[in-house]
Amino acid sequence: MMDRASRRTVLDPLIDNNPITLQVLGLCSALAVTTTVQTALVMSAALTAVLCCSNVLVSLIRNHLAQSIRIIVQITIIASLVVVVDEFLRAYAVEASRRLSVFVGLIITNCIVLGRAEAFAMHNPPWPSFLDGLGNGLGYSLVLILVGVVRELFGSGSVLGYPVLALARDGGWYVPNGLMLLPPSAFFIIGVLIWGIRTWKKAQVERSEFRIHEVHRTEVL
Amino acid sequence: MSPSATSPGWLARVRALPNESTAKIVLVTLAVCIVASLVVSTAAVLLEPAQRANQALERKRKILEVAQLLPGEDAGREAVEAAFEQVRTRLVDLDSGRFVDTPDPESYDQRAAARDPAQRVEIARERDIAGLGTRARYANAYLVRDGGRVSTLVLPVHGLGLWSTLYGFIALGSDFDTVIGIGFYEHGETPGLGAEVDNPRWRAGWSGKRVFGPDGEVRIEVVKGEVAGADPRAAWRVDGIAGATLTARGVSNMLRYWLGEQGYGPLLARLRAGEPG
Repeated sequence: MMDRASRRTVLDPLIDNNPITLQVLGLCSALAVTTTVQTALVMSAALTAVLCCSNVLVSLIRNHLAQSIRIIVQITIIASLVVVVDEFLRAYAVEASRRLSVFVGLIITNCIVLGRAEAFAMHNPPWPSFLDGLGNGLGYSLVLILVGVVRELFGSGSVLGYPVLALARDGGWYVPNGLMLLPPSAFFIIGVLIWGIRTWKKAQVERSEFRIHEVHRTEVL
Repeated sequence: MSPSATSPGWLARVRALPNESTAKIVLVTLAVCIVASLVVSTAAVLLEPAQRANQALERKRKILEVAQLLPGEDAGREAVEAAFEQVRTRLVDLDSGRFVDTPDPESYDQRAAARDPAQRVEIARERDIAGLGTRARYANAYLVRDGGRVSTLVLPVHGLGLWSTLYGFIALGSDFDTVIGIGFYEHGETPGLGAEVDNPRWRAGWSGKRVFGPDGEVRIEVVKGEVAGADPRAAWRVDGIAGATLTARGVSNMLRYWLGEQGYGPLLARLRAGEPG
């Protein structure tokens, strides 16, 4: 159905060029909304929708956009799409919308969205841009859902609200790890993920920009 | 030339302009803004009914929850609507403490009225313990009846906490003195500290507490720390929340205001004296 190049556009950002684990973008929301799988899912869907639409729209007008105003026009498009998504969530997914609170609005400042508009949609026709948005959205979603599963499982003993580990306070054996419900735990999980992926795919390891030299001379400042 | 013949030529001319020319920059920006504003306003207008319905449902759910009449934690729309059948929405003239039928209680928006210069009442600074500034002349009250007499009265209350105004409900029993439950549906207090006013365990501590002291004054309050078992005033005192002293003080103040003379006091006095609701 899809040719080779299109398939690569979609599949590449899942692991080989993942926006979170390789480019380390969009971390703010990845920390904030992954306490449960449900919020991670809703956030993923919202970001993917915004990313696909913004990529297509930016790509449509790319040949008529002056260099000097391109960023502000891209932001206008992204902001409008985010408002629409936010309104939709408030109309049809109130509960999720309340739990995501400001983080839906903050998709506007998510580096992945503006990054893809600048790096891809400004130079490619609408269809490949759509696929690029889809691929990056799914790459973001993959990491969010993984982190969400780990945090909800060890922090609340459940996945998607269904109890998996029997909690000690209900007479079971598992004492939930409170740290998992706090944002720093997402840092640790994403760190471990990045470590794992770079051990598996050596090509992602960055060359160190600075070397730590041994200092032979000390001065009293 | 007819307009239909000119428009493609006009569009083609704009498209042919160099991208960096001022005219094209202005036209492209304008076009993007117009399309964006159309899309945003269309979405806002089309989705507003659904959002309003959600808010109304959320309000009903909270009223039922506070009155301990909610059929279940995750009761759906039908269950909430069905349970709300037993609740009668009324409107109180706060000054006289009497129920009124105009404006229409069902469609009355107390929060909007508190801001509307034609419907609001200024609160004198020294009496404004809940930090409200103004309040509506008429206020909602929700009555649940059990065989003719009022078994539960749910009153909306709001007031300043630490960062934000807390909006919630308090439910009183048939003696219009004993608390059945309390709950907030909107606030912006610190998660983990002030936002613990949503904590079911803390809220459970309210049930059975009494509002009015022997002289008819509003005596209920949230104390700092735990209420000592031997405290003779324990019936009017609720455990504090650790790290949320100011939010708790806000809750005490809003109850003192809304259940006192300035708020629902006249209504409650009338009902306690046995006058028919």
